[in-house]
Amino acid sequence: MFAVQMQGIVKRFGGLVANDGIDFELKVGEIHALLGENGAGKTTLMRILYGLYTPDEGEILIGGKPVRIHSPRDAIRAGIGMVTQHFTLVPTLTVAENITLGESGSLLDLQQIETKVEALSGRLGIPVKAGTPVGQLSVGEQQRVEILKALARHARVLILDEPTAVLVPQEVQALFEVLDRLRREGISVVFISHKLHEVMTVCDRVTVLRDGRAVGTVEKSQTTPSELARLMVGRETFGVHRQGERPSTGVLLRVEGLNVKSRKGAVGLHHLSFEVQAGEVLGVAGVSGNGQAELGEVLSGMLQPESGRIWVGTQEVTGASPAELTRAGVGRIPEDRHASLVGELSVADNLVLDQLEHFSRHGVLDRNAVRRNAERLIAEYQIKALPETPIRTLSGGNMQKVLLARSLSRNPLVVIASQPTRGLDVGATDYVRGRLLEQRARGAAVLLISEDLDEIFALADRIAVLFEGKLMGILNTREATVEQIGLMMAGTPLKRSSVKEADRG
Amino acid sequence: MVKFRLERVSAPLWFRPLIPLIALLVTFLLTTLLVLWAGADPLKVYYYFLIAPLSSRVALIEVLVKSTPLLLTGASVAFAFSAGYWNIGAEGQLYAGAMAGAWLGMFLGGVSPVAGIPLMMAGGFLAGAVWAFGPAILKTRLNVDEVVTTLLLNSVILFLVSYLLNGPWRSPVSMWPQSPEIAQGAHYFRLLPRARLHFGFVVGLAVIVIEWFVLQHTPLGLRMRAVGLGKKAAQFAGLNVNRTMLVAALISGGIAGLAGVGEVAGIHFHLIESISDGLGYSGIIIATLGGLHPFGVGLAAFFIGLIDTGAQSLSRALGVPVYLGTVVQAILLLVTLSLFVLQNYRLRRA
Ligand SMILES: Nc1ncnc2c1ncn2[C@@H]1O[C@H](COP(=O)(O)OP(=O)(O)O)[C@@H](O)[C@H]1O
Ligand SMILES: [Mg+2]
Repeated sequence: MFAVQMQGIVKRFGGLVANDGIDFELKVGEIHALLGENGAGKTTLMRILYGLYTPDEGEILIGGKPVRIHSPRDAIRAGIGMVTQHFTLVPTLTVAENITLGESGSLLDLQQIETKVEALSGRLGIPVKAGTPVGQLSVGEQQRVEILKALARHARVLILDEPTAVLVPQEVQALFEVLDRLRREGISVVFISHKLHEVMTVCDRVTVLRDGRAVGTVEKSQTTPSELARLMVGRETFGVHRQGERPSTGVLLRVEGLNVKSRKGAVGLHHLSFEVQAGEVLGVAGVSGNGQAELGEVLSGMLQPESGRIWVGTQEVTGASPAELTRAGVGRIPEDRHASLVGELSVADNLVLDQLEHFSRHGVLDRNAVRRNAERLIAEYQIKALPETPIRTLSGGNMQKVLLARSLSRNPLVVIASQPTRGLDVGATDYVRGRLLEQRARGAAVLLISEDLDEIFALADRIAVLFEGKLMGILNTREATVEQIGLMMAGTPLKRSSVKEADRG
Repeated sequence: MVKFRLERVSAPLWFRPLIPLIALLVTFLLTTLLVLWAGADPLKVYYYFLIAPLSSRVALIEVLVKSTPLLLTGASVAFAFSAGYWNIGAEGQLYAGAMAGAWLGMFLGGVSPVAGIPLMMAGGFLAGAVWAFGPAILKTRLNVDEVVTTLLLNSVILFLVSYLLNGPWRSPVSMWPQSPEIAQGAHYFRLLPRARLHFGFVVGLAVIVIEWFVLQHTPLGLRMRAVGLGKKAAQFAGLNVNRTMLVAALISGGIAGLAGVGEVAGIHFHLIESISDGLGYSGIIIATLGGLHPFGVGLAAFFIGLIDTGAQSLSRALGVPVYLGTVVQAILLLVTLSLFVLQNYRLRRA
């Protein structure tokens, strides 16, 4: 018996296909995980179900009957509730008022509303303080209010979009208990996440999305974290591969005892130590949200570590600013390429932004030199743009080439590449990988932070795995297996996992 | 029923320069409604607003006189806004400049204008920058919202001016709340015979051109625009975001200070409490309407000067309150800002 069936859902945003013919079936009374990397299309699919987007193609059936959902109002009427990544509560109103807001009827009889809300919260085992203004609640409590709000409108299907992203571990535990309770009440839950262990803890079935397609639906009991990891991050094989081993000529990047405070909803980094040799690619694998972003930001000077030390060559760069790191010979490819270029400025201006001192004389910009630099790099890096084109009109691949051109054209000693091919098409992906291997061949030390395991296996000489901000171990790629990396990505440190492997064998 | 939904789509590049023009059109349509409501003839109103000030030499010169401080406050606000520093304090910084100008001007008796005027301008620039310094340092060190602090300081300096004019500086001759006259050598010279248009107008135009050069052709300008258009990207590229904003804020304050000097040395020859009366706030409208581009700012300053002049002749001729000019300015700001936001949305059939 299905609560919801979505068939052949297609949603395009301009040229981008966010959902590419997705089939998705939700059984009555199950907790169903929607798992996938950032940008896989999870939120889009559920926004369609909740009436926030209209699909370009596809059918939605509720309780077996075809329905058209044009707005959240339609969705609510069909018994669907959604808790989005950003809450929609009014901070100055009380919990009870927020829960009944937007229902027909009035806010007049507050006493009665509060009693009703408390009864509901008691029945479902979701404790809330009905009379408190929402602004005074913690994020976890606000989330409970959002859930209650959906249930108060008689939702039989509850969608939670990355609910744990904003919670601390104890709150996550409490949320899981609530979900368990709802399942027993016969409510179906869609649990969006990109965290494997959460999915394995709380869900009955898992549908994995990758690049806008559903790549499989599996029973939790018949899968393993490593299989899920592979489904999530695997791609078609690409043509670019590392070739041959390179004799090392010394350590170019050294990180010792690195600690980064955890920010809200994110893990920190805990006692990270590793080295990258000249002419080597060290891949950092892991499921998204396990500290990769923090590592990339610290090594780019965008985030300051709490403790620990970093060297580039023989120069210590702990606490250095982005400008100092660039001068020390670090080329940085950021994770968020949109936020790392100034969209309204031209390609030419963006290409010189980090080295203005070389392009000005007596306090005046040398416009000709800026232009010549842009023309040279546009040709060399095959960027499809003119020097005066504003960055924001470029495709993701061409933006990435601008960033590559800016940092690699200075022959850096160390290259820090964070998710360098995420969201790029096959051609651009191959191009970027080729450029990174060129840096390796030139003798640079490359740190490749990627959630794409195929990419790591294709490029990296050694593989480090991050889990919850800790290093699970470093393996030689020649000796590593996908299964073993998968186990480490799910939180088993290297030593124990190799023992297990040995036991099984 | 046909349903619509709002979607976010980036506006095409060619649309942005059209925004001020569309804003003008919409504003005039809205004002027409107001005028009809007030029982006046819209065509006559537009004649007095837009045509009359341009049709006689005297009126035209008056428009330029009115535009003179607006060129500078507009340039001041646009400079800070370009770096993403929301300086709402041009009004106060103008008063700081006017105070410094009036004070220096009192001691310049017997000094040649060739030395006196640059000295007074330097003093006014410095005073404006000093008045801008507090909010700027709070913003860059402690991330205190500059919108609030610069705005609050506008009222603070008015009290200071009021104290000076009613206390130590009160004119011993007239006993009015105004400072003693500045020395002859401190007067801005006139540009035309028998008209109030003064050297400050040249200063305004020069500042506009210099600002354009700085923003477009110097590393400082490029850094400022990068910070203003994408703080994180600027930081990632290694720019010192805070220092860039600080420099922009101080120069912006200085330019507003120059506007104050001009009003003292070119028009009043002493300091009075109502020497600005909103010139700094008009600067915000002008900077926005001009799309933060110095040449756009120049045009917008002229246009607002025209409306100000027009509002006066209008109220004389038709008995409409002179506030209509202010209302037009306010509507213009709201419409322009709305257009900047709305340009990125499309109404689509659901
Ligand atoms: N409103 C939108 N306009 C344009 N592109 C969008 C919009 N919403 C999502 N996308 C794009 O669609 C893809 C899928 O996004 P999303 O569904 O949010 O992924 P997920 O939730 O799995 O991280 C991404 O490439 C994203 O940039
Ligand atoms: Mg999402």
